[in-house]
Amino acid sequence: MAAIETEALTKDFPIGFWRPRPYRALESLTLSVGEGEVFGFLGPNGAGKSTTLKLLMQLLYPTSGTARILGRPVGDVSVKRRLGFLPEHPYFYDYLTSEELLTYFASLFGYHGEDRRRRVAAVLDEVGLGAERRLKLRQCSKGMVQRVGLAQAILNEPEVIFLDEPMSGLDPLGRRDVRQLMLRLRARGCTVFFSSHILADAEALCSQVAILAQGRLRAQGRLSELLAFELKGWELVVSDLAADRRAALESRGVRITHIDHDRCTLELPATPGPEALVHELAGGGARVVSLMPVRDTLEDLFVREVAAGGRRDTEGL
Amino acid sequence: MRAILLVAGAVFRESVRDRVPYSLVAFAVILMAASYLISQLTAGQDLKIIKDLGLASMSIFGLLIAVFIGIGLVAKEVERRSIFALLVKPMSRDQFLIGKYLGLVLTLIANLGAMTVAYYLVLGYTELTTHVSIKAGWPAPAVDPRLLLAIGMILAELMVVTAVALFFSTFSSPLLATLLTLGLWTAGHFNADLRNFGAVVESEVAAGIALGLYYLLPNLAPFDIKAEVVHGVPVAWSHLGLTLAYAAVYIAALLTTAVLVFRRRDFK
Repeated sequence: MAAIETEALTKDFPIGFWRPRPYRALESLTLSVGEGEVFGFLGPNGAGKSTTLKLLMQLLYPTSGTARILGRPVGDVSVKRRLGFLPEHPYFYDYLTSEELLTYFASLFGYHGEDRRRRVAAVLDEVGLGAERRLKLRQCSKGMVQRVGLAQAILNEPEVIFLDEPMSGLDPLGRRDVRQLMLRLRARGCTVFFSSHILADAEALCSQVAILAQGRLRAQGRLSELLAFELKGWELVVSDLAADRRAALESRGVRITHIDHDRCTLELPATPGPEALVHELAGGGARVVSLMPVRDTLEDLFVREVAAGGRRDTEGL
Repeated sequence: MRAILLVAGAVFRESVRDRVPYSLVAFAVILMAASYLISQLTAGQDLKIIKDLGLASMSIFGLLIAVFIGIGLVAKEVERRSIFALLVKPMSRDQFLIGKYLGLVLTLIANLGAMTVAYYLVLGYTELTTHVSIKAGWPAPAVDPRLLLAIGMILAELMVVTAVALFFSTFSSPLLATLLTLGLWTAGHFNADLRNFGAVVESEVAAGIALGLYYLLPNLAPFDIKAEVVHGVPVAWSHLGLTLAYAAVYIAALLTTAVLVFRRRDFK
């Protein structure tokens, strides 16, 4: 059974006060996410990612189409018990502490007494907020509030978790923690659906991705299917490259980019292999700093698909 | 029911920590204390002034608390997006809204309770420091338990106002909801004029509209029994009973409409 399914999900927002016109934020989205997958929902700002997540959480009602989570229609209270959700830029009550907020939410999930206290303490520790649990939320930094948001999303040990831009507002350490948290969730069998425009995160975590642009699905599938992982070339960084050698390489069509006073990057084709050139350069006194294969990345795919969508211009108005 | 009570408890906890109601209650208490000083400047009317000012303070500051926190219950939650994480928890939108309302009523009871204690302390001090000969001329004792009737009716009125605030906050911005609620509160105190509008205009349409508005807008004047209580005039139990029944029906109608609006609302 698919953990998350949408069928021709469409959302229009009315624009204008006196004569509202519909603005299509999401067009006929059909998706299927298997149980236990880490699904990256990617797209530039304004692509419709948050709209989709809100439709799945029934914070918005669709103009047309349907969505199901764990085989039940969205909004079903019995399904809500099995879900976690982190909204984008979460905000909570100013005068409650993170411990009180989580205790409140845990009670809504049916936790009582000692069980509840233990669960709240466990998630606070899991997101690294154990020491700050008695700080009022209005005194918390943006990154701390984001961690509180993550804590409330995993409070009920969800079977499916939706994370809207989970890395937003976090420092590099915080981002690493979130990545590790997502991997732990995956290891527990939780389906993770997260939206992001940070491709490195998606590439490192996702088994499947979908790319959305201007409300339309541009690509969906396993990374291995979407990306041609064949070798596109080599990136060779060398130092102490003599001027005559450099000129000779350029005359052979090798593109050379200067990095600093004695280092430069050489872009080599996939074939022939770089071994002969490395020997040749070493013989000429140059030193090889690094040699990296160049493959198709998620960023290449993203740029290609988003660009294919074109832009929405004024149409001459 | 459990979810409703949990939401109500959280609203109460959040509200009692907010500085705004504290400052409003503190201001009301200061005004009550000041009424004792003002009463010293007037001959023979001292107790009446203390009682009047005290009840008026409770009414006005209670209104401010009901409106400003009542609006914040939903409109600010939507504006700040704190509602997103809450509405996906295992409860319905109906339970969320009713819980919010009950939470604010609890907050109002706590704030009015604090003001009532301060009020009776000022009245008790007046009773103790006043000469017996002056006390003989009072229409009612200083520490008069009947004042609780007036305070109870203030609470009932504020519960109606809270329901109005909650209703507006389900579909409008915090500022607009505040203005609409204060406007309706003002109109509610002059509602009886709408009923008699037909007698002073010739247009049947205008008279019909006025009568329609009379039934639609909250009629808040019957809740005001301050003058009767302060002057020791009896208040009929039937008046109290009918007014409270009216409050219950009006609140139920408002909350039902608010729930129906809120159920289908999109949160962008």
